[in-house]
Amino acid sequence: MFEKIKNNNTAIMVLFSIMVLAGPLIMAPFGAGYPDLLQRFAIYGIFAVGFNLLFGLTGYLSFGHAAFLGIGSYSAVWMFKLLTMNIVPAIFLAVLLSGLAALVIGYVALRRSGIYFSILTLAFAQMAYNLAYSVLTPITNGETGLQLSLHDARILDPVNTSGSLPSTNFFGAAMNATAKTELFGMTLQFNVGFYVCALILILAFYISLRIFNSPFGLMLRAIRTNQTRLNYTGVNTKPYTLAVFVISGMYAGLAGGLLACTDPLAGAERMQWTASGEVVLMTILGGAGTLIGPVLGSGFIKYFENIFSKINDTVLDGWFSFMPDSMADFFVTIVHPFVGKGWHLTLGILFMLVVIFLPGGLVEGATRIGQWIARKTGAAPESKANSTVISTVHKD
Amino acid sequence: MDAIFLQFLNGLDKGSAYALIALGLTIIFGTLGVVNFAHGALFMIGAFCAVSVQKLLSFEKITLDETKLTAWGTPTEVKVHYIEEWFGSSGAVLVDNSVFVSLAVVIPFMMIFGYVMERGLIRHFYKRTHADQILVTFGLAIVLQEIVKAFYGANPIPQPAPEAFIGSTDIGVWFGMAENLVVYPIWRLVYFFFSMAVIAGVFIFLQFTTFGMVVRAGMTDRETVGLLGIDIDKRFTFMFGLAAAVTGAAGVMYTPVLSPNYHMGMDYLVLCFVVVVVGGMGSLGGAVLAGFLLGILQSFSAMNWIKEIVPGIDQVIIYLVAVVILLIRPRGLMGRKGVMEE
Repeated sequence: MFEKIKNNNTAIMVLFSIMVLAGPLIMAPFGAGYPDLLQRFAIYGIFAVGFNLLFGLTGYLSFGHAAFLGIGSYSAVWMFKLLTMNIVPAIFLAVLLSGLAALVIGYVALRRSGIYFSILTLAFAQMAYNLAYSVLTPITNGETGLQLSLHDARILDPVNTSGSLPSTNFFGAAMNATAKTELFGMTLQFNVGFYVCALILILAFYISLRIFNSPFGLMLRAIRTNQTRLNYTGVNTKPYTLAVFVISGMYAGLAGGLLACTDPLAGAERMQWTASGEVVLMTILGGAGTLIGPVLGSGFIKYFENIFSKINDTVLDGWFSFMPDSMADFFVTIVHPFVGKGWHLTLGILFMLVVIFLPGGLVEGATRIGQWIARKTGAAPESKANSTVISTVHKD
Repeated sequence: MDAIFLQFLNGLDKGSAYALIALGLTIIFGTLGVVNFAHGALFMIGAFCAVSVQKLLSFEKITLDETKLTAWGTPTEVKVHYIEEWFGSSGAVLVDNSVFVSLAVVIPFMMIFGYVMERGLIRHFYKRTHADQILVTFGLAIVLQEIVKAFYGANPIPQPAPEAFIGSTDIGVWFGMAENLVVYPIWRLVYFFFSMAVIAGVFIFLQFTTFGMVVRAGMTDRETVGLLGIDIDKRFTFMFGLAAAVTGAAGVMYTPVLSPNYHMGMDYLVLCFVVVVVGGMGSLGGAVLAGFLLGILQSFSAMNWIKEIVPGIDQVIIYLVAVVILLIRPRGLMGRKGVMEE
């Protein structure tokens, strides 16, 4: 039965949608059922899915995707300032502008491949970051970051008389509105903002699925496998790579716009190249070139970032309190650098381990474990073809 | 005129830092063909070695002087560096010149560090794609950066220059200009001469020793050198160590200019990659040339009248140059024909 699901796009979509929409329910037992984090899961999921379209399919490693995220955020906040607090025009402008930026950057950067492409995208992202901090201050508000204020025009909205900042909304439904219910002693929080992000994530995932299975996606994979051969057979690969670069940039802009929708401020640090590195981490960790991998990876990173960074020495003392004092102290000292503020250390180590031993990321890990179980139980002989739809792990 | 001269000098000091780091990076790429995103971390580790040595040297022994009382009536604390107590005035000299002491410590340390890094991690990635190399070294860079952060904290740690080199000197006078026109910090001059010495040392080593000749031959055609019965891998590993040492030394000497902080590696990484690309991947001369060129270009673009014509140019000039170079001459200024030209 499971094999059938794997081969069936509709089933994948249904399963994925259910998982995403039931997010508040599923994540609540793990202590991650609150709107802030769920929104971030969805938004960074979109970001990673978009990045994966570029890196996973064509193998072009961009280190400048955060620039599009930043552009998306800035344009969304400007829409909130000038036009209306409704998120639709904000998202529209975010996607449009980041798409345009991706067109320009991609047109130049895609003239080179391999490491030169990485460095070109890196250079463009650094330019955007440096400019946002210096001469573009009238637009970006420099170090303070772009924020809403009471004096903003907002020409489509009724005059604000409340004296407090209006909140972003989706045709009247405030993004931060949350319905709470109790279930089995857990508080479930159903948040408008999360559901908006979740629906967009599902849509984004669907588009990515279609691209994966389309002739266009096949061409992109061919570019990854052997671009030279494609060129020799007379195929001009440039339009394909440029198209996917723009799509991927638009995804990033969409994510940036949504970030601004859930929390209407934008800062330049969102564009720094280490922020681009984060989406690379997410995608690789989850499994580059697989459909579900990037979503898993971003969820994984955001979840553990949240959990790990909350663990402080008091929590650690609690963990090791069953031991004799000296031993407990020893273990606390050992574990201390890896949690709390040191979470990035854990992440870095994890990432290195994945790149070294598990190039296909979490998805490959899951596939391997699945195969191992199948072999142990001696069940149906595993067929590799079936697992290719979900895990088209690169084997070049 | 004097303004231009001053900017030129400013560029020289930035440029010497770029050139040194980029030299290490390009040695690694030229010999092993590895794209090392952890290179900035090596620079940072060098700087933090200087911090550690300085801390070790300045451990203080606190004694209470009963004869003198503070305003609160408690005995005054007299702090004496242990090292001064043991070695007397030469100890004091050591504390003052801790930068040079760290230089002596850091070179062997970084050699070993580079050796371990190459044998332990990098060599498993020769056969994998450049993207994989970038990813794993990027991961390593994060790990190293976070370890340093865990030990030294997130704040920059200012390092003093040796007393003899504190302050500025009036360089303009040397060149027959009026007094107080071109005043320049002494340490930056020292840094410039240091970098020239290191660069010259590396080039002499490669050009005039048998070892260097073999390495150069290996850079041109690794396979043939291997077929001649030379264990080129061992030599390349040594070159990795050498590159790490050069970068680490650059980091040590830069500490009085830039207070070491844990993210300085990531900050310089992008810059020195750009420098290497402009110079030509794997070209040693190119890296040095591009380092100084970009450093000088950057400080010229920071001049006011240029900023008035093109606002923000000082922020992007380096990247702009890199983009232009990559598009019109992908092998870089001095890159060999056919190397990385796709």
